[in-house]
Amino acid sequence: MIPPPFTYAAPTSLEEALALLQQHGPMAKILAGGHSLLPMMKLRLLEPEVLIDLRRVPGLDEIREENGYLHLGAMVREVELEEHPLIREKYPLLYETTRWIADPQVRNMGTIGGNLAHGDPGNDHPATMMAYDAQLVAVGPRGERVIPAREFFLDFYTTALEPDEILTAIRIPIPPPRSGGAYEKLERKVGDYATAAVAVQLSLAEDGTLSYVGIGLTNVAHVPLFAARSCAHLQGQRPTPERIDEAAQMASEDCNPRSDLRGSAEYKRAMVRELTRRAFRRALERAQGG
Amino acid sequence: MATQKVTVTLTVNGTTHTAEVEPRLLLVHFLREHLNLTGTHIGCDTTHCGACTVLMNGRAVKSCTVLTVQADGATIKTIEGMAENGQMHPLQEGFHVEHGLQCGYCTPGMIMRAAELLARNPDPTEEEIRWGISGNLCRCTGYVNIVKAIQYAARKLREREQAAAGS
Ligand SMILES: Cc1cc2nc3c(=O)[nH]c(=O)nc-3n(C[C@H](O)[C@H](O)[C@H](O)COP(=O)(O)OP(=O)(O)OC[C@H]3O[C@@H](n4cnc5c(N)ncnc54)[C@H](O)[C@@H]3O)c2cc1C
Ligand code: FES
Ligand code: FES
Repeated sequence: MIPPPFTYAAPTSLEEALALLQQHGPMAKILAGGHSLLPMMKLRLLEPEVLIDLRRVPGLDEIREENGYLHLGAMVREVELEEHPLIREKYPLLYETTRWIADPQVRNMGTIGGNLAHGDPGNDHPATMMAYDAQLVAVGPRGERVIPAREFFLDFYTTALEPDEILTAIRIPIPPPRSGGAYEKLERKVGDYATAAVAVQLSLAEDGTLSYVGIGLTNVAHVPLFAARSCAHLQGQRPTPERIDEAAQMASEDCNPRSDLRGSAEYKRAMVRELTRRAFRRALERAQGG
Repeated sequence: MATQKVTVTLTVNGTTHTAEVEPRLLLVHFLREHLNLTGTHIGCDTTHCGACTVLMNGRAVKSCTVLTVQADGATIKTIEGMAENGQMHPLQEGFHVEHGLQCGYCTPGMIMRAAELLARNPDPTEEEIRWGISGNLCRCTGYVNIVKAIQYAARKLREREQAAAGS
């Protein structure tokens, strides 16, 4: 399969990339790793007239902690997250999420920015970024703005990014001591999109109550979901098995999966309940220093 | 729309090629049809099977899902570039000795992915090998002998490394 014809540009600065986006309007698309975009173009699900490749734009591939945030450039490849000692040691939720994405070759090309900007409810990073309460940094002709991950995913393949904006970075609040996270993904075979998946990030106060809880759900609605009711139910509370079960039950009630080849809606709801429990327990063990 | 042509320069198996290509030309088609390097196979054409895997700047990629223009300036290695001085690469030897192939369709991709795996992790566990080739499908072997072939190559490469360090 050969993609439809398009014009290609590989600008060498962010300003140039933004100018090209403005010039060509909505018929232009940003090209990051191409591992969502090119498969869709081959199938003629998308036929952009212009592709603007970010690979030569400097400064979009940094991983560093700064001003209370983990800063990830939008062009950071999955493999770079996977291999970075800081991510492995301090961001187990992000590390696990990355490891579950596709396969090694896809992770060598796919970028974190592309994974989020694509707005695919089957992608794994969105739920994780919601669990972390991450911020997405977008730059456009009107300057820079910061969009909370929890407000970024508007509809099926539709995000809060304007067509003339570029996602430049993701900022994850550096977790305080006594924090932990985990990603639980159920898939039909290795490398598949999730049948259902749950991201949990939490922090414990000195007295053992939960000072922070973030839970995100993958591929169980037309958008990635933030499990707001479950989080509110746990926030400030002691993580007793009963409370965890109740919060997991709420997550399974608040999602909205469709029956498809990956399973019935009922099955997926049951899996959300179980995966929430499992992810929560593992996150808690990590926070307790286990 | 007038068809744009882009000038690209790629170093493939040590030889530098400059060509004018359409932006939509996939790397796998450039390798197979422009350079006649047909060792790289097309299986699924949908980024699933890994038969088209080549190394791009040392990283294994599925060349059916990479544009040639994305590879401009890159160093590419394909199965044709694995043997050196008429000597098979330990991975090629391993697939031969351990019967790591039947029809052979998946083999070039398997070997290229395994080459990256061993470059990053010279002594992988069986689990790491299986996880490592999870983006490569084989419809014949059941993977057991593929794992053995990669273990064989890992051993050989480590021995070679030790011999070089000792001499
Ligand atoms: C076989 C296969 C299996 C996969 N399995 C999974 C999986 O299990 N889980 C998962 O999460 N993903 C999976 N993916 C998707 C993969 O992770 C993609 O790489 C990812 O979704 C998109 O990242 P990309 O860098 O390739 O983006 P591209 O494909 O280059 O871009 C995707 C979209 O985002 C836009 N975009 C990209 N970057 C920016 C930016 N900086 N600013 C504005 N817009 C931008 C593009 O215009 C395009 O619309 C799979 C892909 C394949 C091919
Ligand atoms: S042909 Fe490229 S992954 Fe199958
Ligand atoms: S040997 Fe036939 S597909 Fe692997």
